[in-house]
Amino acid sequence: MEMIAFYASWVLIALGSFFLVAGALGMLRMPDVYTRMHAASVIDTLGATLLVFGLMIQAGLTLVALKLVFVLALLFFFGPVASHALAQAALHADIEPILAEDRRGRDVPPKAGEDPSRKEGGQHDPRQ
Amino acid sequence: MFYVATGAILLALLFVVIRAIKGPTVFDRALAGNSIGTLAILLLASYGFLTGRPEFLDIGLTYGLLNLIGTFAVLKFFRHGDLAYDITDDEEKPGWK
Amino acid sequence: MRTIFLAIALALFWLALSGHYTPFLMSVGAVCIILTVALAYRMNIVDEEGVPVELILAAPAYWFWLYIEIVKSAWSVTRLILDPRLPISPTFTRVRAGQKTAAGIATYANSITLTPGTITTGVEGDILEVHAIVSGGADDLEQGGMDRRVSRFEGSIATTNKEKA
Repeated sequence: MEMIAFYASWVLIALGSFFLVAGALGMLRMPDVYTRMHAASVIDTLGATLLVFGLMIQAGLTLVALKLVFVLALLFFFGPVASHALAQAALHADIEPILAEDRRGRDVPPKAGEDPSRKEGGQHDPRQ
Repeated sequence: MFYVATGAILLALLFVVIRAIKGPTVFDRALAGNSIGTLAILLLASYGFLTGRPEFLDIGLTYGLLNLIGTFAVLKFFRHGDLAYDITDDEEKPGWK
Repeated sequence: MRTIFLAIALALFWLALSGHYTPFLMSVGAVCIILTVALAYRMNIVDEEGVPVELILAAPAYWFWLYIEIVKSAWSVTRLILDPRLPISPTFTRVRAGQKTAAGIATYANSITLTPGTITTGVEGDILEVHAIVSGGADDLEQGGMDRRVSRFEGSIATTNKEKA
Protein backbone atom coordinates (compact mmCIF):
# COMPACT_ATOMS: atom_id res chain seq x y z
CA MET A 1 0.00 0.00 0.00
CA GLU A 2 2.78 2.40 0.86
CA MET A 3 4.52 1.44 -2.33
CA ILE A 4 1.40 2.30 -4.35
CA ALA A 5 1.13 5.71 -2.66
CA PHE A 6 4.83 6.28 -3.28
CA TYR A 7 4.58 5.51 -6.99
CA ALA A 8 1.32 7.45 -7.36
CA SER A 9 2.88 10.56 -5.87
CA TRP A 10 5.94 10.09 -8.03
CA VAL A 11 3.77 9.92 -11.17
CA LEU A 12 1.73 12.96 -10.10
CA ILE A 13 4.82 15.04 -9.36
CA ALA A 14 6.47 14.06 -12.64
CA LEU A 15 3.32 14.87 -14.63
CA GLY A 16 2.91 18.19 -12.80
CA SER A 17 6.52 19.10 -13.57
CA PHE A 18 5.95 18.24 -17.23
CA PHE A 19 2.92 20.54 -17.47
CA LEU A 20 4.76 23.35 -15.67
CA VAL A 21 7.58 23.24 -18.20
CA ALA A 22 5.13 22.87 -21.12
CA GLY A 23 3.13 25.90 -19.97
CA ALA A 24 6.28 27.98 -19.53
CA LEU A 25 7.44 26.92 -22.98
CA GLY A 26 4.06 28.00 -24.33
CA MET A 27 4.54 31.44 -22.82
CA LEU A 28 7.70 31.73 -24.91
CA ARG A 29 6.18 30.40 -28.12
CA MET A 30 2.79 32.10 -28.29
CA PRO A 31 2.51 35.17 -30.54
CA ASP A 32 0.58 37.70 -28.42
CA VAL A 33 -0.42 38.47 -24.86
CA TYR A 34 -3.88 36.85 -25.00
CA THR A 35 -2.63 33.54 -26.31
CA ARG A 36 0.19 33.62 -23.75
CA MET A 37 -2.43 33.83 -21.02
CA HIS A 38 -3.80 30.46 -22.13
CA ALA A 39 -0.33 28.95 -21.73
CA ALA A 40 0.01 30.57 -18.31
CA SER A 41 -3.29 29.04 -17.20
CA VAL A 42 -1.88 25.56 -17.94
CA ILE A 43 0.78 26.33 -15.31
CA ASP A 44 -1.75 27.73 -12.85
CA THR A 45 -4.25 24.89 -13.11
CA LEU A 46 -3.03 21.49 -14.24
CA GLY A 47 0.70 21.81 -13.49
CA ALA A 48 0.19 23.28 -10.03
CA THR A 49 -2.62 20.91 -9.01
CA LEU A 50 -0.86 17.71 -10.10
CA LEU A 51 2.33 18.76 -8.30
CA VAL A 52 0.42 19.71 -5.15
CA PHE A 53 -1.59 16.45 -5.22
CA GLY A 54 1.69 14.56 -5.38
CA LEU A 55 3.07 16.52 -2.44
CA MET A 56 -0.17 15.90 -0.52
CA ILE A 57 0.25 12.15 -0.87
CA GLN A 58 3.78 12.55 0.48
CA ALA A 59 2.58 14.62 3.42
CA GLY A 60 -0.17 12.21 4.45
CA LEU A 61 -3.02 13.30 6.72
CA THR A 62 -1.32 16.21 8.45
CA LEU A 63 -1.62 19.97 8.80
CA VAL A 64 0.88 20.23 5.95
CA ALA A 65 -1.59 18.56 3.57
CA LEU A 66 -4.28 21.00 4.75
CA LYS A 67 -1.98 23.91 3.97
CA LEU A 68 -1.43 22.47 0.51
CA VAL A 69 -5.22 22.52 0.12
CA PHE A 70 -5.14 26.21 1.02
CA VAL A 71 -2.47 26.78 -1.62
CA LEU A 72 -4.76 25.11 -4.18
CA ALA A 73 -7.75 27.17 -3.04
CA LEU A 74 -5.66 30.32 -3.35
CA LEU A 75 -4.66 29.46 -6.91
CA PHE A 76 -8.18 28.43 -7.92
CA PHE A 77 -10.04 31.41 -6.50
CA PHE A 78 -7.58 34.20 -7.24
CA GLY A 79 -5.96 32.90 -10.44
CA PRO A 80 -8.96 33.59 -12.69
CA VAL A 81 -9.52 36.97 -11.06
CA ALA A 82 -5.97 38.02 -11.92
CA SER A 83 -6.23 36.62 -15.48
CA HIS A 84 -9.51 38.43 -16.02
CA ALA A 85 -8.10 41.73 -14.74
CA LEU A 86 -5.05 41.29 -16.96
CA ALA A 87 -7.10 40.56 -20.09
CA GLN A 88 -9.41 43.47 -19.42
CA ALA A 89 -6.51 45.85 -18.80
CA ALA A 90 -4.82 44.73 -22.02
CA LEU A 91 -8.05 45.25 -24.00
CA HIS A 92 -8.54 48.64 -22.37
CA ALA A 93 -5.04 49.65 -23.44
CA ASP A 94 -6.07 48.90 -27.07
CA ILE A 95 -3.70 46.00 -27.53
CA GLU A 96 -5.22 44.28 -30.54
CA PRO A 97 -5.42 40.51 -30.26
CA ILE A 98 -4.22 38.40 -33.19
CA LEU A 99 -7.48 36.82 -34.31
CA ALA A 100 -8.34 34.09 -36.74
CA GLU A 101 -12.03 34.77 -36.25
CA ASP A 102 -13.92 37.57 -34.52
CA ARG A 103 -17.43 36.71 -33.35
CA ARG A 104 -17.87 39.59 -30.93
CA GLY A 105 -20.61 41.06 -33.08
CA ARG A 106 -22.69 37.89 -33.19
CA ASP A 107 -26.25 37.75 -31.94
CA VAL A 108 -26.44 36.03 -28.62
CA PRO A 109 -29.40 33.65 -28.43
CA PRO A 110 -31.93 34.46 -25.73
CA LYS A 111 -31.96 32.55 -22.53
CA ALA A 112 -33.46 29.10 -22.95
CA GLY A 113 -36.77 28.37 -21.25
CA GLU A 114 -36.32 30.30 -18.04
CA ASP A 115 -36.73 33.80 -19.42
CA PRO A 116 -40.55 34.26 -19.47
CA SER A 117 -41.14 32.84 -16.01
CA ARG A 118 -38.57 35.23 -14.61
CA LYS A 119 -40.37 38.24 -16.04
CA GLU A 120 -43.78 37.10 -14.79
CA GLY A 121 -42.53 36.22 -11.37
CA GLY A 122 -40.90 39.60 -11.04
CA GLN A 123 -38.10 38.19 -8.94
CA HIS A 124 -35.46 40.72 -8.04
CA ASP A 125 -32.43 40.70 -10.26
CA PRO A 126 -29.24 41.29 -8.28
CA ARG A 127 -27.48 42.46 -11.41
CA GLN A 128 -29.65 45.55 -11.85
CA MET B 1 11.90 12.94 -6.76
CA PHE B 2 11.67 16.35 -5.15
CA TYR B 3 14.84 17.13 -7.06
CA VAL B 4 12.91 16.49 -10.29
CA ALA B 5 10.11 18.81 -9.26
CA THR B 6 12.45 21.55 -8.06
CA GLY B 7 14.50 21.31 -11.25
CA ALA B 8 11.39 21.46 -13.44
CA ILE B 9 10.11 24.51 -11.56
CA LEU B 10 13.46 26.24 -11.98
CA LEU B 11 13.45 25.44 -15.71
CA ALA B 12 9.90 26.82 -16.05
CA LEU B 13 10.99 29.92 -14.09
CA LEU B 14 13.82 30.41 -16.57
CA PHE B 15 11.39 30.40 -19.52
CA VAL B 16 8.99 32.76 -17.78
CA VAL B 17 11.78 35.15 -16.82
CA ILE B 18 12.92 35.22 -20.46
CA ARG B 19 9.36 36.19 -21.38
CA ALA B 20 9.39 38.90 -18.69
CA ILE B 21 12.61 40.33 -20.10
CA LYS B 22 11.51 40.13 -23.75
CA GLY B 23 8.16 41.79 -23.12
CA PRO B 24 7.17 43.35 -25.51
CA THR B 25 4.19 45.00 -23.77
CA VAL B 26 3.79 45.74 -20.09
CA PHE B 27 0.98 43.18 -19.94
CA ASP B 28 3.32 40.42 -21.04
CA ARG B 29 5.54 41.39 -18.15
CA ALA B 30 2.64 41.54 -15.70
CA LEU B 31 1.50 38.09 -16.89
CA ALA B 32 5.03 36.74 -16.49
CA GLY B 33 5.21 38.29 -13.02
CA ASN B 34 1.97 36.54 -12.08
CA SER B 35 3.29 33.20 -13.33
CA ILE B 36 6.57 33.74 -11.49
CA GLY B 37 4.48 34.16 -8.33
CA THR B 38 2.66 30.85 -8.92
CA LEU B 39 5.95 29.08 -9.65
CA ALA B 40 7.53 30.63 -6.55
CA ILE B 41 4.75 29.18 -4.36
CA LEU B 42 5.33 25.75 -5.89
CA LEU B 43 9.09 26.14 -5.54
CA LEU B 44 8.70 27.01 -1.86
CA ALA B 45 6.46 23.98 -1.37
CA SER B 46 8.71 21.49 -3.13
CA TYR B 47 11.90 22.93 -1.65
CA GLY B 48 10.29 22.69 1.77
CA PHE B 49 9.70 18.97 1.16
CA LEU B 50 13.23 18.60 -0.26
CA THR B 51 14.82 19.96 2.89
CA GLY B 52 12.26 18.35 5.20
CA ARG B 53 10.92 21.68 6.42
CA PRO B 54 7.32 22.04 5.13
CA GLU B 55 6.96 25.24 7.17
CA PHE B 56 7.98 27.00 3.96
CA LEU B 57 4.35 26.53 2.89
CA ASP B 58 3.27 29.38 5.17
CA ILE B 59 5.67 31.68 3.37
CA GLY B 60 4.25 30.37 0.09
CA LEU B 61 0.68 31.23 1.11
CA THR B 62 1.68 34.76 2.14
CA TYR B 63 3.61 35.12 -1.09
CA GLY B 64 0.54 34.11 -3.09
CA LEU B 65 -1.65 36.73 -1.43
CA LEU B 66 0.97 39.45 -1.92
CA ASN B 67 1.44 38.36 -5.53
CA LEU B 68 -2.26 38.84 -6.26
CA ILE B 69 -2.31 42.29 -4.69
CA GLY B 70 0.93 43.20 -6.48
CA THR B 71 -0.50 42.17 -9.88
CA PHE B 72 -3.59 44.28 -9.29
CA ALA B 73 -1.52 47.25 -8.16
CA VAL B 74 0.64 47.08 -11.30
CA LEU B 75 -2.38 46.73 -13.59
CA LYS B 76 -4.25 49.54 -11.90
CA PHE B 77 -1.22 51.78 -12.04
CA PHE B 78 -0.72 51.23 -15.75
CA ARG B 79 -4.39 51.65 -16.53
CA HIS B 80 -5.06 54.79 -14.53
CA GLY B 81 -1.61 56.07 -13.56
CA ASP B 82 -2.85 56.24 -9.98
CA LEU B 83 -3.21 53.55 -7.32
CA ALA B 84 -6.01 55.39 -5.51
CA TYR B 85 -8.18 55.72 -8.63
CA ASP B 86 -11.85 55.11 -7.92
CA ILE B 87 -13.80 53.67 -10.83
CA THR B 88 -17.11 55.06 -9.51
CA ASP B 89 -15.75 58.56 -10.20
CA ASP B 90 -15.95 57.84 -13.93
CA GLU B 91 -18.73 59.47 -15.91
CA GLU B 92 -19.38 56.47 -18.13
CA LYS B 93 -18.57 53.83 -15.50
CA PRO B 94 -17.33 51.14 -17.90
CA GLY B 95 -18.33 47.68 -16.84
CA TRP B 96 -19.65 48.93 -13.55
CA LYS B 97 -23.01 47.84 -12.21
CA MET C 1 -26.65 33.55 10.15
CA ARG C 2 -24.14 34.17 7.40
CA THR C 3 -22.09 36.22 9.85
CA ILE C 4 -21.85 33.26 12.23
CA PHE C 5 -20.87 30.98 9.37
CA LEU C 6 -18.17 33.42 8.27
CA ALA C 7 -16.80 33.59 11.83
CA ILE C 8 -16.72 29.77 12.13
CA ALA C 9 -14.96 29.43 8.77
CA LEU C 10 -12.37 32.03 9.76
CA ALA C 11 -11.81 30.31 13.11
CA LEU C 12 -11.20 26.95 11.42
CA PHE C 13 -8.81 28.64 8.99
CA TRP C 14 -6.88 30.17 11.88
CA LEU C 15 -6.66 26.86 13.74
CA ALA C 16 -5.50 25.02 10.63
CA LEU C 17 -2.82 27.56 9.82
CA SER C 18 -1.24 27.94 13.25
CA GLY C 19 -0.88 24.37 14.52
CA HIS C 20 0.08 25.79 17.94
CA TYR C 21 -2.73 25.99 20.46
CA THR C 22 -1.43 28.27 23.22
CA PRO C 23 -3.79 30.66 25.06
CA PHE C 24 -1.98 33.70 23.66
CA LEU C 25 -2.35 32.62 20.02
CA MET C 26 -5.99 31.65 20.58
CA SER C 27 -6.89 35.05 22.01
CA VAL C 28 -5.06 36.87 19.23
CA GLY C 29 -6.99 34.72 16.76
CA ALA C 30 -10.29 35.57 18.43
CA VAL C 31 -9.53 39.30 18.22
CA CYS C 32 -8.59 38.99 14.54
CA ILE C 33 -11.77 37.09 13.72
CA ILE C 34 -13.95 39.61 15.53
CA LEU C 35 -12.26 42.51 13.72
CA THR C 36 -12.56 40.83 10.32
CA VAL C 37 -16.21 39.91 10.77
CA ALA C 38 -17.04 43.39 12.07
CA LEU C 39 -15.32 44.95 9.06
CA ALA C 40 -17.11 42.64 6.61
CA TYR C 41 -20.42 43.40 8.33
CA ARG C 42 -19.84 47.15 8.14
CA MET C 43 -18.89 46.85 4.45
CA ASN C 44 -22.22 45.09 3.80
CA ILE C 45 -20.53 42.21 2.03
CA VAL C 46 -22.04 39.49 4.21
CA ASP C 47 -24.84 38.57 1.78
CA GLU C 48 -25.66 35.77 -0.66
CA GLU C 49 -23.01 37.15 -3.01
CA GLY C 50 -20.16 37.56 -0.54
CA VAL C 51 -20.75 34.49 1.62
CA PRO C 52 -22.63 31.96 -0.56
CA VAL C 53 -23.12 29.35 2.17
CA GLU C 54 -25.72 27.40 0.20
CA LEU C 55 -23.11 26.46 -2.38
CA ILE C 56 -21.07 24.43 0.04
CA LEU C 57 -23.00 21.15 -0.28
CA ALA C 58 -23.14 21.17 -4.06
CA ALA C 59 -19.60 22.50 -4.44
CA PRO C 60 -17.49 19.30 -4.25
CA ALA C 61 -19.40 17.61 -7.10
CA TYR C 62 -19.12 20.75 -9.21
CA TRP C 63 -15.41 21.13 -8.49
CA PHE C 64 -14.82 17.53 -9.46
CA TRP C 65 -16.64 18.04 -12.76
CA LEU C 66 -14.72 21.28 -13.34
CA TYR C 67 -11.41 19.58 -12.63
CA ILE C 68 -12.12 16.93 -15.26
CA GLU C 69 -12.88 19.73 -17.74
CA ILE C 70 -9.65 21.48 -16.78
CA VAL C 71 -7.60 18.32 -17.32
CA LYS C 72 -9.16 17.75 -20.73
CA SER C 73 -8.65 21.29 -22.00
CA ALA C 74 -5.20 21.68 -20.41
CA TRP C 75 -4.11 18.58 -22.28
CA SER C 76 -5.36 19.97 -25.59
CA VAL C 77 -3.62 23.32 -24.94
CA THR C 78 -0.40 21.46 -24.08
CA ARG C 79 -0.65 19.57 -27.36
CA LEU C 80 -1.01 22.91 -29.16
CA ILE C 81 2.07 24.28 -27.42
CA LEU C 82 4.20 21.25 -28.20
CA ASP C 83 3.06 21.09 -31.83
CA PRO C 84 5.90 22.52 -33.94
CA ARG C 85 3.42 24.19 -36.33
CA LEU C 86 1.59 25.96 -33.45
CA PRO C 87 -1.89 25.45 -34.99
CA ILE C 88 -3.79 28.10 -33.03
CA SER C 89 -6.83 30.00 -34.28
CA PRO C 90 -7.59 32.68 -31.66
CA THR C 91 -11.26 33.60 -31.53
CA PHE C 92 -13.25 36.24 -29.71
CA THR C 93 -16.89 35.49 -29.03
CA ARG C 94 -19.84 36.42 -26.83
CA VAL C 95 -21.89 33.98 -24.80
CA ARG C 96 -24.88 34.40 -22.54
CA ALA C 97 -24.68 33.38 -18.92
CA GLY C 98 -27.97 31.71 -18.00
CA GLN C 99 -27.47 32.07 -14.24
CA LYS C 100 -29.83 34.09 -12.10
CA THR C 101 -27.59 35.34 -9.31
CA ALA C 102 -24.42 37.41 -9.40
CA ALA C 103 -22.57 34.60 -7.62
CA GLY C 104 -23.72 32.18 -10.35
CA ILE C 105 -22.48 34.42 -13.15
CA ALA C 106 -19.17 34.92 -11.35
CA THR C 107 -18.86 31.14 -11.00
CA TYR C 108 -19.48 30.68 -14.71
CA ALA C 109 -17.05 33.42 -15.75
CA ASN C 110 -14.33 32.14 -13.43
CA SER C 111 -14.89 28.57 -14.59
CA ILE C 112 -14.38 29.70 -18.18
CA THR C 113 -11.17 31.47 -17.20
CA LEU C 114 -9.92 28.52 -15.15
CA THR C 115 -10.30 26.15 -18.08
CA PRO C 116 -7.11 26.57 -20.12
CA GLY C 117 -7.89 27.68 -23.66
CA THR C 118 -10.68 30.10 -22.80
CA ILE C 119 -10.56 33.41 -20.91
CA THR C 120 -13.41 35.72 -19.96
CA THR C 121 -12.32 39.21 -20.91
CA GLY C 122 -15.43 41.18 -20.10
CA VAL C 123 -18.84 40.98 -18.41
CA GLU C 124 -21.79 43.17 -19.33
CA GLY C 125 -24.98 42.19 -17.56
CA ASP C 126 -25.28 38.51 -18.47
CA ILE C 127 -23.23 38.67 -21.68
CA LEU C 128 -19.69 37.36 -21.33
CA GLU C 129 -16.93 38.20 -23.79
CA VAL C 130 -14.63 35.21 -24.21
CA HIS C 131 -11.25 34.78 -25.87
CA ALA C 132 -10.55 31.23 -26.99
CA ILE C 133 -7.23 29.95 -28.30
CA VAL C 134 -8.84 27.69 -30.92
CA SER C 135 -12.17 28.33 -32.61
CA GLY C 136 -13.33 24.90 -31.46
CA GLY C 137 -13.19 26.09 -27.84
CA ALA C 138 -15.46 29.00 -28.73
CA ASP C 139 -17.89 26.60 -30.47
CA ASP C 140 -18.09 24.45 -27.34
CA LEU C 141 -18.92 27.45 -25.17
CA GLU C 142 -21.54 28.71 -27.62
CA GLN C 143 -23.28 25.35 -27.35
CA GLY C 144 -23.59 26.02 -23.65
CA GLY C 145 -22.76 22.71 -21.98
CA MET C 146 -20.81 24.41 -19.22
CA ASP C 147 -23.47 27.09 -18.87
CA ARG C 148 -26.10 24.43 -18.15
CA ARG C 149 -23.85 22.67 -15.65
CA VAL C 150 -23.22 25.91 -13.72
CA SER C 151 -26.95 26.70 -13.83
CA ARG C 152 -27.70 23.29 -12.35
CA PHE C 153 -25.10 23.92 -9.65
CA GLU C 154 -26.63 27.30 -8.96
CA GLY C 155 -30.15 25.88 -9.14
CA SER C 156 -29.44 23.86 -6.04
CA ILE C 157 -28.94 27.17 -4.23
CA ALA C 158 -32.00 28.79 -5.70
CA THR C 159 -34.27 26.05 -4.36
CA THR C 160 -32.75 26.15 -0.88
CA ASN C 161 -33.20 29.92 -0.88
CA LYS C 162 -36.90 29.52 -1.64
CA GLU C 163 -37.31 27.00 1.12
CA LYS C 164 -35.83 29.43 3.59
CA ALA C 165 -38.04 32.28 2.38
